[in-house]
Amino acid sequence: MAFAERKIEVKNKVGLHARPAALFVQTANKFNSSINVICNEISADGKSIIGILMLGANQGTTIIIKAEGEDAQLAIAELEKLLIEE
Amino acid sequence: MSRVIRGLAAASGIGIGPAWRAGKEDFIIPKNKISEEDIPLQIQLFTDSLIKTRKEIKDLQRKISAEMQDGKAEIFDAHLLVLEDRMLVGEVVSRLKEERLNVAFVFSRVLKKYIEILSKIEDQYLKERISDISDVGKRILRHLLNKSHPSRFDLKEKVIVIAHDLSPSDTATMHKKNVIAFVTDMGGKTSHTAIMAKAMEIPAVVGTVEATSKIESGDTLIVDGSSGLVIINPDEETLRAYRDEEKHLRGIAEAFICDKDLPAETCDRHRVEITANIEFPEEVGSVKLHGGEGIGLYRTEFFYMNRKNLPTEQEHYEVYKYLAESIRPHQATIRTLDLGGDKFLSRVQVPGKMESFLGWRAIRFCLNHPDIFKTQLRAVLRASVHGDLRLMYPMISGIEELRQANEILEESKKELRARGIAFNENIKVGVMIEVPSAATTADILAQEADFFSIGTNDLIQYSLAVDRTNEKVAHLYKPAHPAVLRIVKHVIDAAHKAGIRVGMCGEMAGEPNFALMLLGLGLDEFSMPAPIIPRIKNIIRAASFEEAQAVANEAIKLSTCREVEEFVHSELKRVIKKRKGDLYNLYKGTDPDSTGFWSRVPRADIHTGKDKDH
Repeated sequence: MAFAERKIEVKNKVGLHARPAALFVQTANKFNSSINVICNEISADGKSIIGILMLGANQGTTIIIKAEGEDAQLAIAELEKLLIEE
Repeated sequence: MSRVIRGLAAASGIGIGPAWRAGKEDFIIPKNKISEEDIPLQIQLFTDSLIKTRKEIKDLQRKISAEMQDGKAEIFDAHLLVLEDRMLVGEVVSRLKEERLNVAFVFSRVLKKYIEILSKIEDQYLKERISDISDVGKRILRHLLNKSHPSRFDLKEKVIVIAHDLSPSDTATMHKKNVIAFVTDMGGKTSHTAIMAKAMEIPAVVGTVEATSKIESGDTLIVDGSSGLVIINPDEETLRAYRDEEKHLRGIAEAFICDKDLPAETCDRHRVEITANIEFPEEVGSVKLHGGEGIGLYRTEFFYMNRKNLPTEQEHYEVYKYLAESIRPHQATIRTLDLGGDKFLSRVQVPGKMESFLGWRAIRFCLNHPDIFKTQLRAVLRASVHGDLRLMYPMISGIEELRQANEILEESKKELRARGIAFNENIKVGVMIEVPSAATTADILAQEADFFSIGTNDLIQYSLAVDRTNEKVAHLYKPAHPAVLRIVKHVIDAAHKAGIRVGMCGEMAGEPNFALMLLGLGLDEFSMPAPIIPRIKNIIRAASFEEAQAVANEAIKLSTCREVEEFVHSELKRVIKKRKGDLYNLYKGTDPDSTGFWSRVPRADIHTGKDKDH
């Protein structure tokens, strides 16, 4: 079982809300790995839109993405790409 | 106690009647204990409801993106995500098993919990997502409780509908015959409510912000859709005045409608064209209803507003194709984008701050942004095979601009030929005469334009140096100014000398007082909002071209606005009385001293910037 973890600063102007959140969740759901997002010590299921929205991750917040599964590395890489763009 | 609230004048007309608040849907959710054996059934009910809701949303999404032709359908993507949300689904199922309560109740609890948590987060974007989640939740609940979609508008009597907002499905299910008027909290001039109100010809005031908080069901209301006013529980005098006005308007409408299919021809057989100014394709029905012979001005600005990205060539094409086909065999003149400025480019909607009318907009903007310009041009060209479509460039100030614009048009044609797409090679291309330099050099422009359309709204502002949005000087805006008469005459003469036709799409074309004079000056086409068409046609039919010419010749000799106003008005009275005595009363309020409502022509001009919206 592969693990992958990355600490990322949310660059998007509107934070991890609205359309970026939807995009994030849609992308996360493509992968088999389980995906968890931790923000300010609260953990949420990365494949749940409600979960992500409840994290309240604004621009500038640092979050940790954890993926566990065969495609963990791939998942993290793609999700990171989304968050780095403004 | 009588009160007044203000909003945006979305659709003209007067509505008087009782207020009826469109209720929010409240569900009473039963709470039942369930047994172990019921659990799988309840889970099944839940998943079935999710599937049904998903289908509902996809259907709505499809319908909206077909009808509304803008990015509104995207909202539903977020809704769909919520439906599939594993946290939501997971929690409902686990609670169901733990608490052994019916799934509708469990679901409503879980939904409530999430909405509460989300509401606590201080974020504007999140607020919108909450209402998405709430909407989806309601749909799911409806399926769980096996309720069919109720119609919010089961109206048994004539009422004025008061709502926070009206959705496309709301307006679709309303029966026009019981809706006297609309008033909403939300919405701008380009909102769905405004579009539908105009198309249904129901007076409407939108964007009031406080309608639902200030108006109770049963309150007597006067809705003045031309001014954007709503008077709550008016006193007797006000009520009487508005009732008279309403009767007056209705009388006009009825009296004139019988002439609708008759040609706009004087009694000595001089023929002109009376066409309509519109901004939404939904208005075509109204144009035909009022006897319009085509669309003299199709404003394309609204198509660019209220959306996140620029419209694509295909989106443009579909609208223009629809116009061309629905107005056949008549013509539709499409004015190219008349907006611009930095705000337009950055897609920032700043209410009330439109690019100044001396600024970087219209053709100037388009010439600087050939990509945006060509997208529109190609779409019009492509659609030109479906009917009689014409192009018109706004704010042209001289022959060089016209040539530059036509060069870009040529490039667009080349691009289409390369793609093997057919278009009308001989599409007519005209110029809006609104900048004084264009009016003065009309003789030069007439050599290379296929037609003119005089945009008096801006032409008069530029010529008299008056900004209509400035209350201190707005009264100086006078179509009756001798300068205006001379400018118009000059343009018409120059056009005719070069053998091209000239129309007018500014408000002046729809003002009864000036109809005879314009007719006499030789104007070929009068374009105005559809509801006004019958009044002008009536005047044309009542007059002879000979006497119209006499009116024009006399008017141009006068030196003051006041003299012109009084003269043209008395001529109007004389002509109408002579030929159509019984309709004389229907032109009351057009006399220069009248402060009555009817000197107010519905202002569909977006450039006045008077509205709080764009």
